[in-house]
This record gives sequence, C-alpha cells and structure tokens, in this order.
Amino acid sequence: MNPGREAGCHTHGSRDGIRPAPGGKIIVLAGNPNTGKSLVFNYLTRLYADVSNYPGTTVDLLSGRMGAHVVVDTPGVYGLSAFNDEERVARDMVARADMVVNVVDAGHLERDLFLTLQLADAGVPFVVALNLMDEAEARGISIDTDTLAEVLGVPVVPTVAVTGKGLNALKSQLTHARPGHLDGATPDPARLSAEAKDLVASIGAEEGSERESAYARRRERANALAARVMTRRPRREGTGERLGRLLLEPLVGLPVLVVLLAAIYQLIGVVVAQWVVGFTEDTIMLGYYEPAVRSLLGPLFGPGNPVGQLLLGEFGILTMTVTYLLGLLLPLVAAIYLAIALLEDSGYLPRLAVLLDRAFVSLGLNGRAVIPVILGLGCGAMASMSTRVLGTVRERRIALFLLALAVPCSAQLGVVTAMMAGLGARYLAAYVLIVGAVFLSAGALLNRLLPGESSFLLIDLPHLRWPAVGNVLRKTFSRSAGFLKDAVPLFIFGALLVGVMQLTGALTIIETWTAPVASGWLGLPAEASRAFIMGFIRRDFGVAGLFGLPLSPHQILVAVVTITLFVPCIASILVVGRERGWREAAIIWLAVFCIAFLVGGVVHRLPFP
Amino acid sequence: MRLDQCWTGQRLVVQSVEDGLVRDMAVRIGLGAGVEVTCQTKLPLGPVVLTWGDQEIAVGRGIARRIMVRVQRGRRGEAGEP
Repeated sequence: MNPGREAGCHTHGSRDGIRPAPGGKIIVLAGNPNTGKSLVFNYLTRLYADVSNYPGTTVDLLSGRMGAHVVVDTPGVYGLSAFNDEERVARDMVARADMVVNVVDAGHLERDLFLTLQLADAGVPFVVALNLMDEAEARGISIDTDTLAEVLGVPVVPTVAVTGKGLNALKSQLTHARPGHLDGATPDPARLSAEAKDLVASIGAEEGSERESAYARRRERANALAARVMTRRPRREGTGERLGRLLLEPLVGLPVLVVLLAAIYQLIGVVVAQWVVGFTEDTIMLGYYEPAVRSLLGPLFGPGNPVGQLLLGEFGILTMTVTYLLGLLLPLVAAIYLAIALLEDSGYLPRLAVLLDRAFVSLGLNGRAVIPVILGLGCGAMASMSTRVLGTVRERRIALFLLALAVPCSAQLGVVTAMMAGLGARYLAAYVLIVGAVFLSAGALLNRLLPGESSFLLIDLPHLRWPAVGNVLRKTFSRSAGFLKDAVPLFIFGALLVGVMQLTGALTIIETWTAPVASGWLGLPAEASRAFIMGFIRRDFGVAGLFGLPLSPHQILVAVVTITLFVPCIASILVVGRERGWREAAIIWLAVFCIAFLVGGVVHRLPFP
Repeated sequence: MRLDQCWTGQRLVVQSVEDGLVRDMAVRIGLGAGVEVTCQTKLPLGPVVLTWGDQEIAVGRGIARRIMVRVQRGRRGEAGEP
C-alpha cells in the first residue's frame, strides 16, 4: 500500500459516518449492476450494516464492519464517470478507498472489464471477485482466471456468492490487493499521484473528445482481454433465456404482466392490507396500544388540556401517528418492498421497462419510469424519491407530477376498493378509466408543454434468475427501516399541524368555508368537505372521512375520483420539495388541487345512471 | 442504414453512434463501432433489442435512430446491402 494514499484518503470528510477503526481500512465494493455485490457485502460484513445518505445526493450507501475495517457497498455502475448521482458516489467512494473489491459477472466479462480496466488505470489497489461462475458455466463459458490475473496484475478469485463458494478465499486475498497493470500506451496521471483528491479529479476529467477516445481504447482493451481469457462452448438455449426472450414479446409479456400484478395485488392488497393490517392496526394498536397509552398518560393532563390533546387526541402524536406508522404503514411498506426486491433481484424490471417503453415515450418518459410508477402504487413519498433513476430533470418533473396527481398509493387503493365494493363492475371500470385517462392526458400534455428533451431508453437486460431469499429479506428490512426513519418526523409534523388547527378552531372555520365547493360543485353533502381537509394530510385519511356519509353510487364515484386525484399527502409533497425545490412543489400542489376538483365536478355532471 | 430500420433476426455491424453522450454510455456496456450484433426483437414502435455474446441490450427508438449499422446477413440468410 502506498503510504501517501493512506494519509490522503482519511482527510476526506466523514459526514456519511464511513470511518474505519484505527489501523483499519476502507474497503469499497464496486461493480456493474446485478453482479452480486450485495451478496459479497453481506458475507464480508455479516449481520451489521448501516444505510447512510451520501452528502449532497439522494443515493443510499451501505456500510458495515469487518474487524477494524469498514466495508462500503456502492451503487452498481458501468464505469466511474459522472453521468448521474450513482456514478459520482461510486467514483468518490473508490477515490476514498484503501482497496477496492471489483465484483465482476463472469457471464458478462466483456462488459464488466471496462470498469475493471478503469480501476486499473486509476491506480487504486484492488482484487477481482469473478462472481456468478456457476451461471457462466451453465452457459458454456469458461474463464482462464490465471491469465486474467496475470494480465490485470491483481488477484482474481472465482466466486459463487449465492452459495458462498469462493468468498472465504476472496477474504484472504484482500491482503494481496494491489494496483493493476496499466495500459502501456497511456500512462494515467492518477497513477503517479498519491493523493486521493487528484484521483477523483483525474477519473472525472475525461471529457468530450478526450473521454471518447479514452473510452474507445479502454473498450478495445476490454474486448481483447475478454477474448483472450474466455472460451465458449456451443450449447442449447436454456429455459431462463427462452423465458427472458418471450417476456419481451408483447403477446406473452403483457398477459404475464397482468398475472403478476394480480399476484402482487393479492399479496399487498389482500393478504397484507386486510389480514395483516387488520391485526396490527385494529387488534394491536387500536385494541391494546392506544387504550394503554391513554390510560397511562391521560391522567397527567386531564380533559381539555391542549398538550394532552396534541399527544393523545384525535390526531395525537402518541396515538394516531404511532398507529398509522406502525399499525398501517409499516406492514404495507414492508410488503411492497418485498415485492419490489423480488422483482429487482429476478431481473424482471428491465424487461418490463422495455415492454412499456413505447407507452411511456408519449408521456415524455421512457421505460425506466415503470419503477417510480410501480413504487407509487405502494407509497407516493417513496416513489417520488425513486424518480432519481430518471435521466433528465424534465422526466423527473413529469414523473413527480403524475405521481402526485394520478397514481393512488396502497393505503388509498385499499380504502377506495372498500368504498366501491358492492357498486358493481361498471363503477369500478369507470373509476379506472377516468383515473387512467387523467394520467395519460396529463403526461401527454406535460410532454408538449415542458421545454427540453427527454432521454431515451438504453438498458442492459440481465439474465432472469431466482432471487436469493436472504438478500431479498435483507433489502426489505433495511429499506423499511429507512422509510420509517424518513416518515416519522413528517408524520409528527402533520399530526401537530392538524392538532393545532383543531384546537384553535381553524379546522371548523375552513370546513364552513369550503362546504359550498363540496355541495355546489361536486354535489356531495356538506360534511364531505371535512374529508378533503383530512385529505391534505393523507389522501386515504380523506377517503376514510367519507365512509360514514350516506352517498348514492354516483356520489361515491365523484368522491372517490376527486380524492384519488386530490393533493399529495404531506409526506409526498415534502419529498417533492426536497428533490425539486419548494417553488416547484407549490406549483405541482396547486395544479393537482385544481385538476382534482375540475375532474370531480365534470364527473358529477356526467350522465351516469 | 439506421438501427431502427433493421429486421428481427438480422446480423448487423455497428458503424457509428451519432450522439456523443449516448456513444460514451453505449461503449461502456460494450456497444461501440465495429461490434457485430443480432437484432433479437423489435417491439412495435418501441425499443430494439440487440444481443451479442452473452449481452442483451434494449435500445429505445429515439437512440436507435441515431445509430448507423451495416447489414451483415439478412433474416433468411441473404446478403445485406452492399
């Protein structure tokens, strides 16, 4: 190890908490997407992992301890450039690393060696974990690891991370990490410099035509190296490949998608939203927790005490907030994350993005936008955060607007389903058609109005594979924990706000003012305006406020459509504000507000028997 | 010809990628000038799916229009354009 590097790398800020114990090193995992980095990370760090937000970005970093060392998992990237936040984070972490474990997909050697050679050119000490060896062998690929190690100048360890094969050897090879052999023709300035800072500068400095020629050269070297060490036996196409190909045919892919969505709906909308939440919310929280906390703390305040109201009242921080977060949201969010982790780890999502790309292009988006939309059917706040996977600001604006307007979240869907039960298929179809039409026309309109150009789809399709159970559960757990961490302060804020409004009488005054809108424009009873005020906090809250009212089927349709389109909940709009600034959040909020009432009024006037 | 004009099953050689940023992103995943690819599927008005080696990549129509290719072999084995 170069002593200069060692001194340099720890001077960087530790705002993200990534700091090894004395004598320990920063070990960074780097690799292309879907190479099994997380599994290697899990093995090296065992049970302990921290999710942190990388300063100045919305990218999550996983870090964990291995003895005195700290191990960091970076987002999967195809190279250390600065095309997006993920790449910047990966690049910065590599620059801070004392050593890098480059996880390479043995079945995609040609593609992955680009990043490997970039690591060699950067002069950072590294080892290569040649992962997914089993899959590569099943595909008839064999790799001469000795020659690969010799040419690269670093240890190369074949691994099968899912079964743990080779990971012990990888761990013991970490001490042999060293800078790779350079491309003889182009000495890289980073190699000569010991300072981590210069390393960052030099990796990012390849710009324009300089970058183009450096990339072309590196690509040639990668291809030549892959051709030299890899032999491929001819063989028949496997079931996974055939299925992967069929999923891209609309005639097969679309029906499969419908079946899959139905299965996910069964899991989230029925098993979790009804059974699990019925137990956690009604039995545990409303049955035991709330009465207990009221009888324990209630006597301290006495009836009518404002602090007692804020803590234990209708919108109480210790009552409603806790019940909502732990009893209702946590099980739903965990189930949604479970479904998403399964979709991600199986390699299905990129295929779905391809299948739906054409539809999204007319909305000014591309196939990648399926990720925020699918997440949005879970939770709008979470989905809004995920819009960062989109390529341009223009796309993020469109996606955030559509999420705020016409993508109902799981809790909302649950209550809407309950309200519309018994109205018959005709009303359900009308609801789906109206909301769908609003979604499509809002997207198409934004695509025409917003200046600039959206990016197009360019996506690598990973092989379909069975997700590793441990990794899926681990992801679900760490994301659910992260969600709670984000949501708790927002919910406390929301509960305080409504609680204060209720105490000061502001809630009643607003109700009186807005009653004419509810009865005159939407044709609903005056009491319905209360539902909309509750809807400012959370939309499903609002729907719940409509439950007790005597409504005709047509009135139910109007109410359900309006509240579905109605302003995003406080949590979502706070996320939008954080991601895109408060001015834009305010514009989105106002526009959604107007559209919701406009559409609601129109539906009221539709001749619907 | 342009990549969006290819047929399913054709073998193609990439000649150039017009957009600079797209070119840099594409070359990192292995799609650069001189690479021989197969057009595996074309979705109706949607992305073109290309395969080579063990690589499988979907290219949106907007990008496919900016990639120039030469036909190596047509779908029934006939020779491509001169």
